[in-house]
Amino acid sequence: MRRLLWPSVVLALVIAYPLWFSTPFQQRLGALVLLYAIAASAWNIVGGYAGQVSVGHVVFFGCGAYAAMGAYTHFGLSPLVGIPAGIVVSVAISAVIGVPTLRLSGHYFSMATIAVAELCRLVVTNTGYLGGGVGLSGPSVPRNVFDLSFISALPYYYLFLAVLCITLGITWWMANSRMGFYLRAIRDSERAARSLGAPASRTKLYAFMLSAGLTSVAGALYSMMFGFVDPESGLGILISVKMLIMAALGGAGLLFGPLVGAAILVPLEEISNNLLGGKGAGLTFVVYGAIIVLIVRFQPGGILTLINRIWSISDKAAKAAVAEGTRHAP
Amino acid sequence: MSTILVQVIVGGLLLGAVYALFSSGLTLVWGMMNIVNFAHGDFVMLGMYVAFVVYTLLGAGPLLGAPLAVLVLATLGVIVYFGMIREIMKGPMLAQILGTFGLALLLRYSVFWWFGANFLTLPANIVGGTYVISGLRIEASRFLAGAVALLVTLGLHLLLTRTSLGSKMLAVAEDSTAAQLMGIRPDTMQAIAWAIAAGATGLAGALIATFFYIVPTVGETLGIVAFVTVSLGGFGSVPGALVAGLLIGVIESLSGYLIGAAYKDIVVYSLFLGFLWFRPQGLMGKT
Repeated sequence: MRRLLWPSVVLALVIAYPLWFSTPFQQRLGALVLLYAIAASAWNIVGGYAGQVSVGHVVFFGCGAYAAMGAYTHFGLSPLVGIPAGIVVSVAISAVIGVPTLRLSGHYFSMATIAVAELCRLVVTNTGYLGGGVGLSGPSVPRNVFDLSFISALPYYYLFLAVLCITLGITWWMANSRMGFYLRAIRDSERAARSLGAPASRTKLYAFMLSAGLTSVAGALYSMMFGFVDPESGLGILISVKMLIMAALGGAGLLFGPLVGAAILVPLEEISNNLLGGKGAGLTFVVYGAIIVLIVRFQPGGILTLINRIWSISDKAAKAAVAEGTRHAP
Repeated sequence: MSTILVQVIVGGLLLGAVYALFSSGLTLVWGMMNIVNFAHGDFVMLGMYVAFVVYTLLGAGPLLGAPLAVLVLATLGVIVYFGMIREIMKGPMLAQILGTFGLALLLRYSVFWWFGANFLTLPANIVGGTYVISGLRIEASRFLAGAVALLVTLGLHLLLTRTSLGSKMLAVAEDSTAAQLMGIRPDTMQAIAWAIAAGATGLAGALIATFFYIVPTVGETLGIVAFVTVSLGGFGSVPGALVAGLLIGVIESLSGYLIGAAYKDIVVYSLFLGFLWFRPQGLMGKT
């Protein structure tokens, strides 16, 4: 039960957050942290656990966003209806991309996913049905509660929290299933994993599909909160980059890594945008770039790994002290 | 063939030579250290901005801009190698990809922050007018860029295959421990490779800046062009990069002319994915 102590304390604090920090800015910030945590956790399944660095996850994010907005624009339905459609399309696309590219070694996979993302952005920009360069909008005046169009960020906050809990639950279940063990074995050495009989290609593909489906949910939620999607906000490569950085900063391949990363980077970005205004847009990504270079150079495992190491060192020191004490005891 | 089609193909070849030049830098580093530099396109972008700054501050053209760009970028290459690459080479794949990706963001948005997102250009007559050879109109700037890029790429190939420095670098690429036993310092050779690779991008950037639009995000497009070229030519192969670069230049020009300018990147990216799927070892590479 001790293992559940910390997560439940954190969960209680997260649930209580909007009660303490009740200004619109703070609630919006909280909602954004949770939203990016969902996206980064979804990325973490394939990027962290399987070690396949996808830079094209924005494709699935965009799928979800466009499906949600498309359901409203073209069919007059609630954006919620678009979520399952987005998941289906994303999983299908991920299978089409994944079957050929996951055979390739890591670098090729990353390059291929960048190209796919850019290709999608260019194609969507030139497609009139998807709104071209302007994009699609959601309901400007909500017809009923299922349009999920709220002025306050509070409903989004709890909605995102619920989805995040589901995402983390799925990730935890996957990590502790046979699949999770296969993925970690593949990440450490694909050749060794294969030689021991782990079905590497199939497992990587399943992870990619699972991750794609969850990412598309994040995209749909994003478009509902902002009420629109265009090629830049739905399919820009920077969205992939954000998922990647958040997971890597917190700790890729760790359950709570993306959440920690999002909780650090999203406030940083929002506050710097607020302080610096338009000038801040460029500077935020300069800081992002610098953070990545520094983590990779000095702490490739991410912040959680560092914390765990410090804990285990102090743990060992405590045990050593106890051992010392017993030895000297008469 | 109509004159205009020939014109389009010649224009594609000249641009393709520049693609070949900066891609040969990527292929060199990739072949030697098995590291893909995701910031490669942004190195080219920096070369373009060096040429732009040289023009605005000193009023000088590529005659001064190009050597300066080579110098600046080669220095950056060495700094990047010793500051980051040397450490992350031993690390996991995630760290390698993230590291150069972070570098790309850092460079791209530093320039964005400083110069803004506006499209900049150098004056059209910076290299001189337009040649007319039997009905073909060729801008001097494109001709200069293409010719210099072609010569330097060939020179790079000769450097790698015909000189003792090239042999040493090849030895490190083959087996760095064995090379070390023969008295070759892998560290020095790899730093030289980074200097050469980054210098080539600087030159390519300064050359291309004379007729291309200059914008912080241009590195993203050019980086993908470099990936396409290298995966088409086979990694580690400079002649492969040359052939692939020329081919991509022509394909891009032709598709821009025949289908429409908005679709030329779509064609190139699709080509790239097609190659990754069906022939990941490239046109000339071995399995």
